[in-house]
Amino acid sequence: MQPVATTFFFYFLSGLTLASGVLVITRKNPVHSALALIFGLLAQAGLYLMLYAPFVAGVQIILYAGGIMVLFLFVIMLVNLERSQKEEQFNKQWLVGIVAAAALGVLFVLVYMKGADLFPVRMTLPTESNNTQEIGVMLYGQYMFAFEIASLLLLVAIIGAVVMAKKRI
Amino acid sequence: MAPIGTLHYLVTAASLFVLGVIGVLTRRNVVIVLMSIELILNAVNLNLVAFSRIWGLHGQVFAIFVITDAAAEAAVGLGILIAFFRNRETVNVDEVDLLKW
Repeated sequence: MQPVATTFFFYFLSGLTLASGVLVITRKNPVHSALALIFGLLAQAGLYLMLYAPFVAGVQIILYAGGIMVLFLFVIMLVNLERSQKEEQFNKQWLVGIVAAAALGVLFVLVYMKGADLFPVRMTLPTESNNTQEIGVMLYGQYMFAFEIASLLLLVAIIGAVVMAKKRI
Repeated sequence: MAPIGTLHYLVTAASLFVLGVIGVLTRRNVVIVLMSIELILNAVNLNLVAFSRIWGLHGQVFAIFVITDAAAEAAVGLGILIAFFRNRETVNVDEVDLLKW
């Protein structure tokens, strides 16, 4: 199906993503940051849909916005201090940090200006009807070993998190 | 107006990456530093999915692996944060200096 109003949706969704990114790093209350991050993740799922990646968009919503952010909110409830909101929110080297990040941004701009013709505007139009099926075939075929390693990584992470959060080690 | 190409998505992802780096370098609250790391990982994911439109589905498969990593990293990082909070009653990164000489 031919997409409609691609330009409008791209600028709308990417603007939403960047605006919520700014909110995440400027809010005093961590709960507000987490809510802004959830909005940004949902907008990014919309960008994935525009890129013909419905499976990644679904995983983004279910795993990120549904799973990881709930974990964040629980931990915020556990460690949230009234005191920490009255303290200074930015550390002493914030100016150096912003200068370093701006240098990184200038580097990105230079790379994308010099190499703009490396990224063709013309994009192939992949079929989205069997996107999930093709990703499954690749995960269980070509990327079998990486998939197993990922499951091992998750096991290690579960054990690590439980051991870390235990009362007496 | 130019049609939306790969470069548009790459520029969005680069801006998101820089925002995440600013968050990691300047904030004191550990929870917000971890959220900024999530922003950085999301920028990488956006790049991978944007490239997967040119060079096939490998980018999307790798994006799923990156999401797996993000979940593991968030779980372990927040576990460490809870353990630290229990000992020192603080969530500020610049007060996490037990190993600093």
